Amino acid sequence: MSPQFEIQLIAVIVAVACSLPGVFLVLRKMSMMSDSITHTILLGIVLGFFLTHDLSSPFLIAGAALIGLATVWLTEILNRTKLLSEDASIGIVFPLLFSIAIILITKYAGSVHLDTDSVLLGELAFAPFNRMVVFGYDIGAKAIYSAMALLVVNLAFIITFFKELKVVTFDPVLSAVLGFTPALIHYGLMALVSLTTVGAFEAVGSVLVVAFMIGPPTTAYLLTDNLKRMLFLSALIGAVNGISGFYLAVLFDVSIAGSMAVMTGLIFLIVFVTAPNRGLLSSLRRRSRQKLEFSKKTLLFHLYNHEGSENEAQEAGIHTLGVHFHWDTAFTDKIVRYLLKEKYIMLDKDIIKLTEQGRSISNAEYNALFSD
Amino acid sequence: MKFNHLDYAVQIEDLTVAYDAKPVLWDIDLTIPQGKLMAIIGPNGAGKTTLLKAMLGLLIPVSGTVRFFQETENSLHKLKNKVAYVPQSGSVDWDFPATVLDIVLMGCYGRLGYIKRPGKKDRDAAVQCLRKVGMEEYASRQISQLSGGQQQRVFLARALMQTADIYFMDEPFKGVDVQTEKAIILLLKELKEAGKTVVVVHHDLQTVPEYFDWVTLINIKIIASGPVEEVFHEQNLKKAYHNSGNLLKSAV
Amino acid sequence: METIFYLLKDYTFQTVALGSAILGLLSGVLGSFAVLRKQSLLGDGVSHAALPGVVMAFVMTGSKNTEVLLLGALISGLMATLFIISIVKHSRIKFDSALALVMSVFFGLGLVLLTYVQKIPNSNQAGLKRFIFGQASTLLQRDVYFMAICGVILLALTLLFWKEFKLYIFDSEYAKSLGFPAHKLNLLLSFMIVMVIIIGLQTVGVILMSAMLIAPSVAARQWTNKLWIMVVLSALFGAISGIFGTMASSLTAKLPTGPAIVVIISCIVIISVLFAPGRGIVQKIAHRNNLKQLLKSEGGDRNVPTI
Repeated sequence: MSPQFEIQLIAVIVAVACSLPGVFLVLRKMSMMSDSITHTILLGIVLGFFLTHDLSSPFLIAGAALIGLATVWLTEILNRTKLLSEDASIGIVFPLLFSIAIILITKYAGSVHLDTDSVLLGELAFAPFNRMVVFGYDIGAKAIYSAMALLVVNLAFIITFFKELKVVTFDPVLSAVLGFTPALIHYGLMALVSLTTVGAFEAVGSVLVVAFMIGPPTTAYLLTDNLKRMLFLSALIGAVNGISGFYLAVLFDVSIAGSMAVMTGLIFLIVFVTAPNRGLLSSLRRRSRQKLEFSKKTLLFHLYNHEGSENEAQEAGIHTLGVHFHWDTAFTDKIVRYLLKEKYIMLDKDIIKLTEQGRSISNAEYNALFSD
Repeated sequence: MKFNHLDYAVQIEDLTVAYDAKPVLWDIDLTIPQGKLMAIIGPNGAGKTTLLKAMLGLLIPVSGTVRFFQETENSLHKLKNKVAYVPQSGSVDWDFPATVLDIVLMGCYGRLGYIKRPGKKDRDAAVQCLRKVGMEEYASRQISQLSGGQQQRVFLARALMQTADIYFMDEPFKGVDVQTEKAIILLLKELKEAGKTVVVVHHDLQTVPEYFDWVTLINIKIIASGPVEEVFHEQNLKKAYHNSGNLLKSAV
Repeated sequence: METIFYLLKDYTFQTVALGSAILGLLSGVLGSFAVLRKQSLLGDGVSHAALPGVVMAFVMTGSKNTEVLLLGALISGLMATLFIISIVKHSRIKFDSALALVMSVFFGLGLVLLTYVQKIPNSNQAGLKRFIFGQASTLLQRDVYFMAICGVILLALTLLFWKEFKLYIFDSEYAKSLGFPAHKLNLLLSFMIVMVIIIGLQTVGVILMSAMLIAPSVAARQWTNKLWIMVVLSALFGAISGIFGTMASSLTAKLPTGPAIVVIISCIVIISVLFAPGRGIVQKIAHRNNLKQLLKSEGGDRNVPTI
């Protein structure tokens, strides 16, 4: 395997592995908790590193996962005092743990070799240097295997507990009634998020793990309503972000992880603007069409209401209408022109009158609205 | 139902409000005469609160105009001190660090305008307003310690502080104790005696004839509006609440 | 004792301590508003999002003057805020997801630009990274002047619109019904909060800035029920932790200033949440135990839950 290919492979696997638990974070409105965890696992890594002096030791992973859980737990304790709001609790716990980590690293920087930059920012380009050697055979970069393990663990957890995760996500009260302990699933998911962050930081750095966890699910959320499809789409989008980010990085000779984050943003932006139904363009178009349709209905209904009344000349006069409705002239003209073209109204001197067709339409509208 | 046009407090013409394509209020024409104590009633989702907010200029209608007194245009800005608003007490965070007096004093912020601070005179006036709602001794109490009824009274005192001519209240009787309800209605009647116009979004049909002298029934459009004795009868109620009329028989 | 005396006379220490104190004071004041309007984490987002602005400002001007870099940070911070607001407004994505997405993508863009700058020959980009972790020791006298000027402007605005901010944060619809332009007040307040975040980048860095905004006001909130006392206390807590954090880091070898400040302010939060009279946890527990004792002595059932 060429290093180039290895890097892409790692990027794709890490991106897919991150996007899976991210789906549940996004749906459970806990995105910022992932931000918090990705910062605090630094403390776990530091503590684990002090114990083992080995950046690839499993103790690091255990330590980091534990600190991740501790973060969630501390945040919830603070939150439960009701003395501060939930977001403030998050914003107090993670900077504190992160600060302690930074202080430890700086303090003992001389005696240990742990670079804050490499934990926080990561560098995928170096991944192929660290080889996995079994019985003297080089079987590829270590990171490929650790990323694979991560993906397998995430997949296994989600497939095994899919039903529980689904219930806990959409109806925590029901799940408690049904006898699933929401807390157990909750902490399971949080442990997964911590593990994933630890597994991914070497490749992409812990700050950008947030982009890979939250970006693809958020993008997928704009495209589907189905949980399974959302998981699948997130994984796909994550993979696309990984590969396209790699090529962007090669093109400009810049940070690979950073480029992957940028691609995550770009692809989100494209989907956000163009997605069918939920995209910006289609919703703006729909809204302006709705406004037009609704204004037409409003005018028809108004004419229907005042038909034959003594002040009809005032209420339905082509020149006084705009004043009554508080519409500007251009908009009034536009609506009247449309309705004239559709033959719902006609002009009798300066007074707007309903045609037979217009009357039956407003009558139908009226009945639809007021007779359920 | 013809009024001398000089006598209206609020005049609404052709008001339509929609969320997306769903009409919440449709082609509302309504005249509220001065010096009346008026209830707005209607089923859930009939647009009562929306009507109140549209009158206050808190949301942008699809069409229509709202005028106060003899004004010729939508003119809430010029009239801001003539119009007082009592929102639902659940609409704010009561853990905000403020005392009861602080909240009541907010009632004179509109009159003070920018930069100027409330002075001793305003503080005395605020205490007066608190006395009117029976909350004088709570002036320095932290607002998170108030009960639902007390919160509502504080909001009422804040509105009194505005010395307005029209009062808009969004379900002031929601979740309050009997004592508070009595105190509030007494106050509303006092306001009416003083020639003020009071518009109340109301839920409890039973108490309409007892509390109010004017009533508007709405369900997206105006069903009826006028003196309680003329308008508040089963036929109109049935129209407003569709055919759930049997529920309301006891009310009439 | 003598060391502290010498330290206090040290010129560099004075500069850094003054800068940290100003930052603590400002973030204490505006953080109170941010926390009360439930936008605590916006600070986290804006500060991460400022990174590409810092690097872009350097690329475009070649200058490493703090004002220039912070102007870039301000622009990208505001852009990120705008993105977050429009994503939430125009789609079904919730605030927290939009925040997490935008801040991490902007941060990624910052890293990309940073690695790009490293490749430009003859460009000494050292010093840009100090914005990620913050390096209070790099504060120069002119930086502190700059902070002081911004601080005076922000405090003046706070005093000027005190009444309006209070009204708007407590009940924005009511503010609107009184004829105040709620939308403009919102913009002004957000802009002021972003300003403070940007000012803080150099001292405590991107990641820890959110603590500076949240912690002093959360601590202050526990001691008082009056807004103005809360804001003054919050400013005080912020300034104190700024000064003591700087002091601790000067007296101890290899202790970075930013994290030191955050640890001190976090300790103040913990003490406040535990021991503040009225709201504090210790007093609540004592109160509950008293009730239980009372019930017991009255012969009541001890297992009845009490408030």
